Amino acid sequence: MTALTSPLGRLRWTFTDGLTLVGRELGRLRQEPGQIVAALVFPVIMVVLFGYVFGSAIQVPDGGDYREYLMPGLFAMVTFSAWLGVMTRMATDASRGVMDRFRSMPMARLAVPFGQTGADLLTGLPMLAIMVGAGLLVGWQPHRGLIPTAQAFLLMIVLRYALSWVGVYVGLAVKNDQVADAMVPLGLPFTMLSNAFVPTDGMPGWLRFLADWNPVSALTAASRELFGNPGAPSGNVAWPLAHPVTTVLLWSAALLVIFVPLSLRAYMRRGR
Amino acid sequence: MTDPMVVAEGLHKSFGNTHALRGLDLSVPRGTVCGVLGPNGAGKTTAVRILATLSDPDAGHARIAGYDVVREAGKVRARIGLAGQYAAVDEKLTGRGNLRMFGRLSHLSRRDAHRRADELLERFGLMDAADRPVVGYSGGMRRRLDLITCLILRPDVLFLDEPTTGLDPRSRGEIWDSIRELVADGTTVLLTTQYLDEADHLADAIAVIDHGQVIATGTPDELKATIGDRLDVTLEDPAALPTAMTVLNTLAGTEPTTTDADRLSVTLPATGLRLADIVRELDHAGVAAADVSLRRPTLDEVFLRLTNREEPVQ
Ligand SMILES: Nc1ncnc2c1ncn2[C@@H]1O[C@H](COP(=O)(O)OP(=O)(O)OP(=O)(O)O)[C@@H](O)[C@H]1O
Ligand SMILES: [Mg+2]
Repeated sequence: MTALTSPLGRLRWTFTDGLTLVGRELGRLRQEPGQIVAALVFPVIMVVLFGYVFGSAIQVPDGGDYREYLMPGLFAMVTFSAWLGVMTRMATDASRGVMDRFRSMPMARLAVPFGQTGADLLTGLPMLAIMVGAGLLVGWQPHRGLIPTAQAFLLMIVLRYALSWVGVYVGLAVKNDQVADAMVPLGLPFTMLSNAFVPTDGMPGWLRFLADWNPVSALTAASRELFGNPGAPSGNVAWPLAHPVTTVLLWSAALLVIFVPLSLRAYMRRGR
Repeated sequence: MTDPMVVAEGLHKSFGNTHALRGLDLSVPRGTVCGVLGPNGAGKTTAVRILATLSDPDAGHARIAGYDVVREAGKVRARIGLAGQYAAVDEKLTGRGNLRMFGRLSHLSRRDAHRRADELLERFGLMDAADRPVVGYSGGMRRRLDLITCLILRPDVLFLDEPTTGLDPRSRGEIWDSIRELVADGTTVLLTTQYLDEADHLADAIAVIDHGQVIATGTPDELKATIGDRLDVTLEDPAALPTAMTVLNTLAGTEPTTTDADRLSVTLPATGLRLADIVRELDHAGVAAADVSLRRPTLDEVFLRLTNREEPVQ
């Protein structure tokens, strides 16, 4: 046992304890193979469902293939579902007393939020990979070469990580797994209210405004641009959709700047 | 070392308008079990959370093994184990998985964490269930796992917040046995409970708290002695009631209460009156008793008596 006293020791233990908590998430998955299967099958179902059900009815603006149009939206949807999982896990730990046990142990304090967000990132990658596979199978593909493609995925990962800190904060704030579970369905309208599945042009003005400024739309637009998929907005376009990559980066930075300190404070605050 | 392991002095804690603690004092000598008794909302959990460094007091201070719970929280954490009011384990992991994880988080090496997990599972009878996810555990098994999770680092002080609430008598007995074993190893235990018999069985000393203050302390016997023994007499003939009343009044120094037409009871001061003396006195007065019984009060009675009062005792 090395003490947690020196800054270097603290850093090391934050990392080691964080890894232990990542291992914990993997261990939980191992206990629930059903969940793994569900998590892996889900993207495939989404691709098939949206690709063929909506695809049969929706006209892509510049006459492209709907499934080419859809995949960036689905990538965005998966990215934005991440914070819900983190929130539920944090809230469950908080309500079951596991969080208190962590706090009463001589472990690195920052390990819990960092471990939790790190675990989400790790478990998110295979899901993304499956989604890519499903997309390729139904005829989607990136058209602009390696670098832009990598940039698109990097954007998703950066935003996903930033969002997972929102999950940490909200989970710590609600402290109740039932409330957290009840909040999960709220994620759906949030992703639907965007350009992920349909162009925003047809929406009534106020709704279109919300959809255009929704970060889901920015991520979708950014990936369409970087993958060279159809659906690039034309005409009078809202600022976030005209500069989608910058918008996504700004969103990520803003979320991190706001929610990392908030979460750390909420986690370390004593007195309740 | 004779210094107490747990010391709390004048702890205050408010949540909004609720004064959960108003000047709580506690002292637990090394290697003993202190039972903290109190009705719902008395402030038990609040006190335990402060002692376990989870929350800061508004006023007053507390030391564990000589370390201040606020200023030296890290050192305190290295020496305590906390089993909260609800089993705080990861339900989706197996019992073994939980112990290994908490072992690693306690900064044991992987090998030591695995070895310690097996040792604890074996010693506390959870080996058979070790590889099942905790969701499938019974309430008793879950509490036991929660308890042994606190033991990974062999803590000097163990805080148990209502360790057996909601358990059936058998599981409760098993938890009690485990706690006794720990005390035999020299662990100091602070245990909160609403079950008086639990405190009676386990605690060397009891602190009764109500409205955030300690209103009585002592060994279980001392506390029982404060309210005296209870004498119940059932008469053969209800007509003898007035005479019996007079006899008992003289013996006890207080007015007996009639619980039935032919039954009366009175609290005797702890004077060492024996059953035989009482029967003889009744006999002298010509009262035929069908049944006379003298019994120590239960801690429940002590508790009810104490917590009904408005002003602190002593
Ligand atoms: N986080 C909190 N916010 C607001 N009030 C609180 C909080 N924690 C405790 N209280 C209040 O403080 C008082 C003492 O609560 P505490 O949980 O310490 O009681 P307890 O003795 O553990 O009760 P129980 O036997 O029900 O567990 C109660 O009135 C409770 O409502
Ligand atoms: Mg309590």
